[in-house]
Amino acid sequence: MLIKLTGGTVYDPAGGIDGQKRDIYIQDGRIVDRPTADLKIDQEYDLTGKVVMSGAIDMHTHIGGGKGNIARILLPEDHRSDPVIRTDLTRSGSGHAIPSTYVTGYRYAEMGYTAAFEPAVLPVNARQAHMEMGDIPILDKGGYAMLGSDDYLLRMLTAKKDQKAVNDYVAWTLQASKCIGIKVVNAGGISAFKFNQRKLDLDEKNAYYDVTPRQILQTLATAVKELGVPHPLHVHGCNLGVPGNVDTTLDTIQGVGGLPMHLTHIQFHSYGTEGDFKFSSGAAQIAEAVNKHKNITIDVGQILFGQTVTASGDTMRQHANHKHGHPNKWVCMDIECDAGCGVVPFKYRDQNFVNALQWAIGLEIFLLVDDPWRVFLTTDHPNGAPFTTYPHLIRLLMDKSFRNDMLATIHPEAQKMTTLASIDREYTLNEIAIMTRAGAAKLIGLKDRGGLTAGNWGDITVYTENADRQKMFEKPDYVFKDGEMVVKDGQIVHVKWGTTHIVKPDYDAAVEKDLKSYFDRYLTMKMGNFKISDDEFTEDGRGSLTVHSLKEVV
Amino acid sequence: MTEITEVPSPFCGIGTDDLTISVDGLSLKVLSNGCAVNTPAFEQVITDFKPRVAGKQVALEHAVAKAVEILQDSSQPIIGGCATDVNGMRALLALADRCGAVVDQMNFNAARRNYLAMQDSGWMTTTLAEVKNRCDLLLVFGKDLESFVPRFFERYLWNQESMFLEDTANREVIYLGKAPSGTAQVSPNGKQAQVLTCADADLPDVVAVLRALVKGHKIDADSVGGIKVSDLQTVAERLQAAKYGVVTWAASALAFDQAELTVQSVCELIKDINDQGSRCSGLPLSGKEGDLTASQVAGWISGYPARINYAKGYPEYDPYLYDSRAMLENGEGDALLWVQAFNSKAIPPVTDVPTIVLGRSGMVFDKEPDVYIPLGTPGIDHAGHAYRADSVVAIRLKKLRDSGLPAAADVLSAIERAL
Repeated sequence: MLIKLTGGTVYDPAGGIDGQKRDIYIQDGRIVDRPTADLKIDQEYDLTGKVVMSGAIDMHTHIGGGKGNIARILLPEDHRSDPVIRTDLTRSGSGHAIPSTYVTGYRYAEMGYTAAFEPAVLPVNARQAHMEMGDIPILDKGGYAMLGSDDYLLRMLTAKKDQKAVNDYVAWTLQASKCIGIKVVNAGGISAFKFNQRKLDLDEKNAYYDVTPRQILQTLATAVKELGVPHPLHVHGCNLGVPGNVDTTLDTIQGVGGLPMHLTHIQFHSYGTEGDFKFSSGAAQIAEAVNKHKNITIDVGQILFGQTVTASGDTMRQHANHKHGHPNKWVCMDIECDAGCGVVPFKYRDQNFVNALQWAIGLEIFLLVDDPWRVFLTTDHPNGAPFTTYPHLIRLLMDKSFRNDMLATIHPEAQKMTTLASIDREYTLNEIAIMTRAGAAKLIGLKDRGGLTAGNWGDITVYTENADRQKMFEKPDYVFKDGEMVVKDGQIVHVKWGTTHIVKPDYDAAVEKDLKSYFDRYLTMKMGNFKISDDEFTEDGRGSLTVHSLKEVV
Repeated sequence: MTEITEVPSPFCGIGTDDLTISVDGLSLKVLSNGCAVNTPAFEQVITDFKPRVAGKQVALEHAVAKAVEILQDSSQPIIGGCATDVNGMRALLALADRCGAVVDQMNFNAARRNYLAMQDSGWMTTTLAEVKNRCDLLLVFGKDLESFVPRFFERYLWNQESMFLEDTANREVIYLGKAPSGTAQVSPNGKQAQVLTCADADLPDVVAVLRALVKGHKIDADSVGGIKVSDLQTVAERLQAAKYGVVTWAASALAFDQAELTVQSVCELIKDINDQGSRCSGLPLSGKEGDLTASQVAGWISGYPARINYAKGYPEYDPYLYDSRAMLENGEGDALLWVQAFNSKAIPPVTDVPTIVLGRSGMVFDKEPDVYIPLGTPGIDHAGHAYRADSVVAIRLKKLRDSGLPAAADVLSAIERAL
C-alpha cells in the first residue's frame, strides 16, 4: 500500500521543514522517500492549502492507572453530563474531565494526537496502568515509573548505598514496570505524609529516613543519566500550589548541578507571595532560570476555567488542598510502601483571584520561555483542565488579541498582577509543532516518531489553515496512525491499536537477591508476581511493546 | 505431577500469592499456605466439561449459537454475576455495549454501601503493605475478620518483621460490633483484642457516637447499643493517639438499610482524625469473586462501577435502578446472561426469562438454564488478572493445568462476534 499526500504545507521541525510544500509518501506504515516513478500510488490525497504535521504527542497526561480510575468512579455526575454513544465503529463511554478509556483514545485522535504518556505509574500499580492504556485505542502510549517515596529507595539512601546500587534498582524498576522514564512526585513527601509530616521542603529531612528531597532528586537524576535513559528525570516538585514555592523551584533548578531534569506542570510551582493577597506570579523568574539552564525542560500544566478533577501521587499536597475541592468530596490513599494518590475535584473560576492568576502564570511561562524545544504543551490532564481544551490553549498562545480579550474578563485584581498584556509573543505553527511533536518525541526518546522524514512511522495530522487556531486544531481533516487513516473530518473512521513504548536498561542480576528478601519480608506479593511479563501486553492480540534504545553513556 | 509455587489466589480477596500447589493431571492439591477459603476453591474437582442446551450436551459452537439467538431476541438483556477476571470483564462489557445490556455485579448491593459513601464525600484509605508495616492500631468494624479473611492476621498483622514497628506483637486490635470467632486476633505475645459488641442494628448509632467523640462533642447518654460511652471515648482517644491507625470494614457485613450512611460516618471519622493532625486510614475489604475486578474494569471502560445499563447506546449508572434481581422480579428484563467463573455455588436467580449461564464447572441448578457453558477458572485453568481488596494491586493469575475449559473472555467474545 503506497499512499501519497500531495502538496501540503509541511511543518516538520525534526526534519527542518518550516512551512514548505512537500509531498509525503507512506508505504506499509512508514514514511518513505519518493518512490521510483514506476511504482503505483494506491491512494493519493490532495493537500493543497492544508497544514501537515506529524501526529501530536502528549508527554504528560493522566490516562492510565489507579488514581484516574478513582477519579472516574468518584464523579458519576460529571460523566452523566457527557455521555458518548456507541457507533458501528466505536465503543460507548463517558467523557468530560476524565473520560473512559475508549473515549480518551477517540478524542485524542480526533484532535490529531497519536501518542500519550502517563506520567505517574506506581510500580505496584503499573499492571493496572498498562491494562487501562491497553483499552485506549489508536494511540501509542507509555508510562513513567514513580520512585522517590518508595521505602526501598529511601532505605537504600539512608543506608548510604552507592550510586551503582541505586542505578541497578532504577533499571530493575523500569523493566519490572515496563516504563520508559522515571518520575518523582514531591520527592520523599508521599512517604513523609505517611509519617504524618504535612510539609516537606527541599532540604528538610523525612521524619524517619535520613534523606532530603534534594538528595533524592540528585540521586535519581544521576541514575537516569548514567543508565542512558533518554527521558530526563521527570520531576513534580516540592510544595505544589504553595504561595512562595517559586523559590523552591528555582532552588531545584539550580541545585541539580546541571543534570538533565524535566520539571512538570511548573505552573503549579511558580507562585510568589507578593501583593495584597500574598499570591503572585513567579513566571518571569522561572522562565529566566529555564532559559539559562539548558539542562532543564518543562511542561506547563496550564489551568483553564471550568470543572475538572485533580489526580496526583502527591498525597501530602492533595490532602492539604482538599478544603478547596469542588464538589467537596475527595480521596487520599497511601499505597503499598510504594507511593500514594490523592484525587480532589476542582472548579477553576475566572472570577476567583487565585485561579485567574494561575491561568495568567501558565501563559506567562509559555510566552517567556525562549526555546520551544524545552517547553511542552500540557494541562497536566485532567489536573489543570481536560486534554480536550488543547485547541483553546493553542489559540491563546498563537493569538495575542484573543488572549488579551480573555485576559480582560478575568478577576480584575489578577489582571493587575500579571504582565501578560505586555507580552507580544505569538507562537508560530512551527513552534507549536516543536512543542507538541518533534520536541516531545526527542524528550521521551522515541525513535521514528514525531517527524515526517523517511523512516518515521506514518503518524500524520492534516489541518485546514484557519486564522481561528482553536477551530483549526479542534478538527483535523485527516489523521493517519502508522500509515492508516483513522480520522477524517474530525471523526473516527477506523480503529486500530498502538504500541507501548518502553526502555530496558540493563541491571546487575544480583539486585534481585536483596529485592526478593525485601518483598518476602515487607511487601504483600512475591517479587516474581510483581514483575510484569511481555505476554500481559500481547495476549489480547492488540497490544505490543516497542523497546527504545538508550543513550550512549560517556 | 508438578509443583507450582508462589501461586496467587483470586478467591480470598487479599491477594495471597504464596501458595504451593501440586498438579496431577486435572487434580490440584494445596500443599502449603492454604486456608479455609482458598484450599477448597483450588481443589474443587471438575465435574462437567460439556456445554448444555435445554439440558442436553452440545458442542460449544452450538451453545454459543443458542446464546446468540436468545440475546438477539431480547430487548433488555441483563448480564448478572459478572464474576470473572479482567479479560472476562472486558469481553463482557464489549458484549453489553453491543446488545444494550444491563451489567450488574452480583455483590453490588454490598459494594453499593461503599460506592455511595465514596461518591458522596470521598474517603482516605490504605493498602495491605502499609498495614503490614505501619499499622499500630487496627479497629475492626462490624465484622468478624478472621472468618471473612482467614489469613489476614497472620499475613498483615502478626508478620515477624515490619519496617516501622519495633515489635508487631505490640499492635493493638479493637473489635467494634462483632466479636472475633477464633484466636487469630490474639497477638503472638498473648494480648487479646479489646472487644465491644453490639447488634448490627445499633452500628449506625455506635459509629455516630464515636464520630461525635472524635470531634470532641459531649454525649449525654451513658451507653449506646449496649456499649458504654466511656469505652467509646477510649476508642476515640486511641485512634487519635495512634501513629497509623487503620479502620477496616466489609461492606457485605453491614446488611441493614442505609448502611452507606454508616460507611460514610466511618469515612468521615477517619478524615476528621487526619484533619486533627494524626494519621488514620480506612481499609474497606472486598475483592471476592471478582467484585472489585468488575468495578475497576467497568470504571475505566464505562466511567462507572459495575451496575450500569447500555440500553440507550451509552452507559448509564444507577446503583438502585439497575439491580438485576429487582429488574427480573419486576419483569424489566427479558433475558439473563449469568457469568460466574469463580464459584460454582453462586448460581443465577431463578427466573422465567431465557437464561444463559457461563459458570464455573460444577454448577448445579434448581432450574436448568436454556444454555449452560462450563468455564475454566481464572488462576487455575487460564492466566488472567484480578484485583485484591485494596483495589490497587492487580494480581497476575497463573494457569495451573490444561483442562480445555474455555475462559469467560473467549466465550463472551465468540457470542459478541456472532451477534
